[in-house]
Amino acid sequence: MTMLADNISLHLSGFDLLRNVSIEVEAGKVTAIVGPNGAGKSSLLKVISGELEPSKGSVSLNQKPLNHWSLEQKAQMLAVLPQHALLNFPFTANEVVGLGRIPHQTGSVKDTQIVAEALELVDASYLQKRFYTQMSGGEKQRVQLARVLAQIWQPCELGEQFLVLDEPTSAFDLSHQKLTLDIVRNLADRGVGVVIVIHDLNLASRCADNLVVFNGGVIEAVGSPEEVLTEQLIDKVFEVKSIIASHPVSKKPLVIT
Amino acid sequence: MRRFSASGLILALAVLLPVVSLLSMTVGTVSISLGDLFAADNNQVNTILFDIRLPRILLAICVGAVLSSTGAVMQGLFRNPLADPSLIGVSSGASVGASLMIVTAGGFIHSGALLGLSLVALGAFVGGFVATLLVYRLATSGIGTSITTMLLAGIAIAAIAGALNSLLTYFSDNDMLRQISLWQMGNLSGASWTKVSIMAAVALLLMAQFPRDSRALNALLLGESEARHLGVDVQAVKRRLILLTALGVGVCVALAGLVGFVGLIIPHIVRLAIGPDHRWLIPASALAGATLLVFADSLARIVVIPAELPTGILTALLGAPFFVALLLQQRKQV
Repeated sequence: MTMLADNISLHLSGFDLLRNVSIEVEAGKVTAIVGPNGAGKSSLLKVISGELEPSKGSVSLNQKPLNHWSLEQKAQMLAVLPQHALLNFPFTANEVVGLGRIPHQTGSVKDTQIVAEALELVDASYLQKRFYTQMSGGEKQRVQLARVLAQIWQPCELGEQFLVLDEPTSAFDLSHQKLTLDIVRNLADRGVGVVIVIHDLNLASRCADNLVVFNGGVIEAVGSPEEVLTEQLIDKVFEVKSIIASHPVSKKPLVIT
Repeated sequence: MRRFSASGLILALAVLLPVVSLLSMTVGTVSISLGDLFAADNNQVNTILFDIRLPRILLAICVGAVLSSTGAVMQGLFRNPLADPSLIGVSSGASVGASLMIVTAGGFIHSGALLGLSLVALGAFVGGFVATLLVYRLATSGIGTSITTMLLAGIAIAAIAGALNSLLTYFSDNDMLRQISLWQMGNLSGASWTKVSIMAAVALLLMAQFPRDSRALNALLLGESEARHLGVDVQAVKRRLILLTALGVGVCVALAGLVGFVGLIIPHIVRLAIGPDHRWLIPASALAGATLLVFADSLARIVVIPAELPTGILTALLGAPFFVALLLQQRKQV
C-alpha cells in the first residue's frame, strides 16, 4: 500500500513549480525530502495531500486516485502538518489537539484519552490548559504535531495511514528534534508512511529510509541516504563544499560543511 | 486570563434572560408592577402588555440572538475576532434598500404594506441579500471563495452603497431624511406579532443549523487547508454559513433597522469568557445578545419618558465603552 505521485507537473501563475516528478511513499517507511529553498518541496507536499491539483500526472492513495476518496475518508488516512500555523484564537492545547479527532467518531471519552497521550508523547503535557496564543514557537509546533498524531492515533479500516510533515523541527531545540525523529521512527514501525521535509541534512540522513533531493522543481536524486548524500551532489544542489563522513555510532552518512 | 465554564455561563444566561424579560414587561411609559403583570384584568393594561411590550421583547430576543450568533460565525469564518456580520455587505445593502423605499415610495409607506410589513422592511431585506450575494460572487472563483477577497469586496460594496445612500439622502426632503436617519439608528418600537413570527422562524432556523457546523468552524480557525485535511468540506461550510448569515441579518435589519455593535461585541466578550469553541460560543453568544438587547431596549423606553430613544443608540452607548475597556486590556497583555 502506498501513496503515489506519478509524473506530476505543476504550473502556477506562469511558473513551473514541479516538472515530471514521480515519488512513491511506502507505508512503514520514512521518506525525507531535502533541497534548497524554493525547490518545490512544499509544492509537492500540497499536490500529494490533495490541496493543489497537479497540471499533469496523477496522485493516488492506497490504490485509489486521491480525489476518489471522500474528504472525511482521506482525513482518516492522511494527516498533514503544514509549515506555518495561522491559529490566532485562544484555544487551549487540549482543544487544539482535540481538533485532530474531528474526522473520527470515537466519542469524547476516547478522544480525551488520545489527546492526553498525544500531548504526553510530544512532551507537552504541561501545556494542556495553556492558551495556544501564549505559547512559544517550539511549544506551538509541538502542540500542532500532537494534533496530527492524534488524527492518525488508531489504525484505519480503509487502508494504510500516512503522515506529511513540512519542516516539523524548525523551531525545536536539540532534545525535541531528537524526540520528533524518534516519534517518526515509531510511527513507521507501526506501519505509517511518513513524508518529512527537513532542512538539516544530518537529521534527514538519520531518520530517512528513502531520501529525495529536490532541485529546481525536479528530482535530482533518490535512494537511501548512503546512496544519495555525496560531496558532488551537495556541491551541485546546494553549492556548498562539504565532506561526507560516517557517523561513528549509527554509521549513517554525516555531512560536514 | 482565566476561563469561565461554558455550561455555567449558558446556564446563568438562560436564567438571566427570562428575568430581564420579565422586568422589561414592567417598564415603559406606563409602569406596571410585577404583581399586576399576572393579575391584570384591565383591558388597557392587557393591551400594553400583550400587544405592545411582549412582541417587542420577543423581537428583541430574536434579533439579539441572531445578530450575535451570526457575529460569532463570521468572526470564526474570517478568523478575525473583530469581524462582524456587516463585513459581508448585508447592512450597507439593506441601508440602500431602505433609503430607496423611503425616497421613491415616500407617500405609500404606511399604506403599501405586504403581509404586515412595510415596503421599507422589504427594501432593506432585498438590499441586504443582494449585496451579500454580490460580495460572495465577487470572491468566488473556480478554486473556491477567498475570504480575503470577500473582505475587500465587502469594503467596495459598502463604499458603493454608502455613495448611493448619500445620493438618496441628497434628493430627499426633510421628512424622508428624518425617516432614513431614524431607520439607521435601529429601533424595535414597531414590533408586531407578524414581525415576531417571521423573526422567530428565522432565529429557530439558524439555531438549528449552526450546531451542525460548529466543529467545522473550530477546524477553520486552524486555517482553510488544515480544515480540509481534517475532512471539512470548506467551500460547502462557507456557502452555508454566509447564506444563513445573510438571511438572518437581512431579516433583522429589515424588521429592526441597523442595531449596531451587538454582532461585534457580544461574541467577542463571550469568547474572552469561555474560549473560542463554537459548540459553546454560538449558543452562549445568542443568549447574551438576546439579554443585552432586551436590556438596552428597556432602557430605551424609560430614559426619556414619555418619549423613547431608538434602541440602536442604547446598544452602542452600552456596548462601545465596554469594548474600549476590552481593547485597553488587550493592549496591556501584548
